[in-house]
Amino acid sequence: MRRIISILMENEPGALSRVIGLFSQRGYNIESLSVAPTEDSTLSRLTLTTFGNDLKIEQITKHLNKLIEVVKLVDLTEGAHIERELMLIKVKATGAQRAEVKRSVDIFRGQIVDVTSTVYTIQLTGASDKLDAFIGAIGETQVLEVVRSGVSGISRGEKVLSL
Amino acid sequence: MEMLSGAEMVVRALQDEGVEYIFGYPGGSVLHIYDALFQQDKVSHILVRHEQAATHAADGYARATGKPGVVMVTSGPGATNAITGLATAFMDSIPMIVLSGQVRSDWIGDDAFQETDMIGVSRPVVKHSFMVRDAKDIPEIMKKAFYIATTGRPGPVLIDIPKDQTAPNVKNPYEYPKKVKMRSYAPVSRGHSGQIRKAVEELMKAKRPVIYAGGGVIQGEGSELLTKLAHRLNFPVTNTLMGLGCFPGTDPQNVGMLGMHGTYEANMTMHSSDVILAVGARLDDRVTNNVKKFCPGAKIIHIDIDPATISKNIMAHIPIVGPVHQVLEEMLSALDEHGGEPDQKALERWWEEIEGWRKVHGMRYETNENGPMKPQQVVEALYKATGGDAYVTSDVGQHQMFAAQYYKYDKPRRWINSGGLGTMGFGLPAAMGVQFAFPDATVACVTGEGSIQMNIQELSTCLQYGLPVKIININNQALGMVRQWQDMQYGGRHSQSYMESLPDFVALAEAYGHVGMKVTKFEDLEGAMNEAFALKDRLVFMDIYVDPTEHVYPMQIADGSMRDMWLSKTERT
Repeated sequence: MRRIISILMENEPGALSRVIGLFSQRGYNIESLSVAPTEDSTLSRLTLTTFGNDLKIEQITKHLNKLIEVVKLVDLTEGAHIERELMLIKVKATGAQRAEVKRSVDIFRGQIVDVTSTVYTIQLTGASDKLDAFIGAIGETQVLEVVRSGVSGISRGEKVLSL
Repeated sequence: MEMLSGAEMVVRALQDEGVEYIFGYPGGSVLHIYDALFQQDKVSHILVRHEQAATHAADGYARATGKPGVVMVTSGPGATNAITGLATAFMDSIPMIVLSGQVRSDWIGDDAFQETDMIGVSRPVVKHSFMVRDAKDIPEIMKKAFYIATTGRPGPVLIDIPKDQTAPNVKNPYEYPKKVKMRSYAPVSRGHSGQIRKAVEELMKAKRPVIYAGGGVIQGEGSELLTKLAHRLNFPVTNTLMGLGCFPGTDPQNVGMLGMHGTYEANMTMHSSDVILAVGARLDDRVTNNVKKFCPGAKIIHIDIDPATISKNIMAHIPIVGPVHQVLEEMLSALDEHGGEPDQKALERWWEEIEGWRKVHGMRYETNENGPMKPQQVVEALYKATGGDAYVTSDVGQHQMFAAQYYKYDKPRRWINSGGLGTMGFGLPAAMGVQFAFPDATVACVTGEGSIQMNIQELSTCLQYGLPVKIININNQALGMVRQWQDMQYGGRHSQSYMESLPDFVALAEAYGHVGMKVTKFEDLEGAMNEAFALKDRLVFMDIYVDPTEHVYPMQIADGSMRDMWLSKTERT
């Protein structure tokens, strides 16, 4: 099962490599990863997506918690949450395709952020499966380049991951 | 406030931590620190002959005393030579501080002479690591390092120190922190009371209970309480390789070591149990055999300081995360409150069954009057010669298993071996560390002709510091454990497990300035042992020739359950 683990950790050199190292060392898989400092510059927020059954995820979270620089973490998929990913995608836009791509962008509520006579550069945000669906709708043969930010996530309601 | 250079701060912090010994080897990047060490006499530096030995010596010191071992190495090769020792300590949860030199800060990343990314290289085998980026931070980093290494599940901590941060001409105010507070590190200080009460209920209901105690009991200073609990309940106790000594080896309730080379009765008791009280143990693959067939009827109560250990390999029914000492204490008072007693009739039947297994004499070996000596006889003779009261360190292989099986450890911290990583070359330097901690104690290093050669250069260190370690070299002229597996699983094809040209160990010991003895006949063994141990202030290297064809039994059959064992070359369960 796909999980989104969100980690609050010390914003220190070497902290990120410990998190990444843990995954490779113990044979866990990271599907996506995004990290940036928070409003408190001493803390970074790291979100990663991984796959595993309950037992494996329990081990992952226990081992992450053991890392000295990890302050707190939450498995967002355990509760209601909001998941977002940003995608920048370049697609061929010529002939009849040009209008078709534009329509798809509108349907998916994306934005065309750069245009040439043959190419559209599109910005799209949403849950990862929405981004997957957009690529599916455009057709892989039309796609020239894809850049995805990795998942960011936050709990719904009043639940907060902070100190 | 006192103004000190970075180098002086490092040394002063070691003093403030009460460090007696630091094991190390100098080199370019740590010269400032060595100069600061030279100008004081509170911390004694022990010069080893190889950095790996420094880590094992510090490790042996830590295992024997419970205090953290401290190591200093230079950058590059000095640091990478310490990796095996870090990994050894990490696997067995031993508190250790390794100070490694690093090239100057502005050269980092330039592939400078003797530069290695030590933080990166060591990352998977340390509990934590620090890089000194500003000499001002040294007191706080040192305090944190000792705190992290010795609390929670202990482990090694590395401090990487670029040379410029120890420069003698740059002085900063020094004050050693009294306390350390880290928002991201708070080891568990108490086990959950509700869980402890639940465990007590389960223990009261048990008809076929067993206490399975590991190295965590020793590390967590829980040996006395565990012994009290076991006596109070009259439950059988089995120890892991790391746990030997946490419950007296000669106690009638002790059914011996369990696992791959555990006793027949220990493995049968585990397999047939209905409640297992696992304390400070990891349920690792050398114990469980095939996890799917592990103790099918047992409910598992698992006490450990490390939550990640619980339910990692085997699901625990009642997990209790907490310090072994505190949990056992609370468990004893919960027993008082409960007021009940375990089912005596069931226990009586259970002990009858266990006594029946004991009669099988799983740990037996055949002696041959005119043939070569058996390795087991050597360990038995050692036990006798030392009155069972020595510190015994070991290397890795058959001799390690024989020393675990045939020497009865009645006290914790007496049996010192690399259980988790299985590091050959551990025994001699570890024995040095123990001897430094207890100069008057009898320290024996049980080793083999393969393992001893992995850190043989330390004979020189032993001479320099007058360490009267007794080396019991169980010489079977082969890498015995490898050979055993080749006999059992590879059709007897002894691929690379025989050493064609062994040194004359007696001459070698003498060349290093020690006493050497060669023993080839059983009838000479006891006399030689007594002679060796009578030489109180000399290192004696006993080269004892034994039967090269001997195997370690019992041996669990791969992929089976705990009760599936070979009992000899021809009998199996």
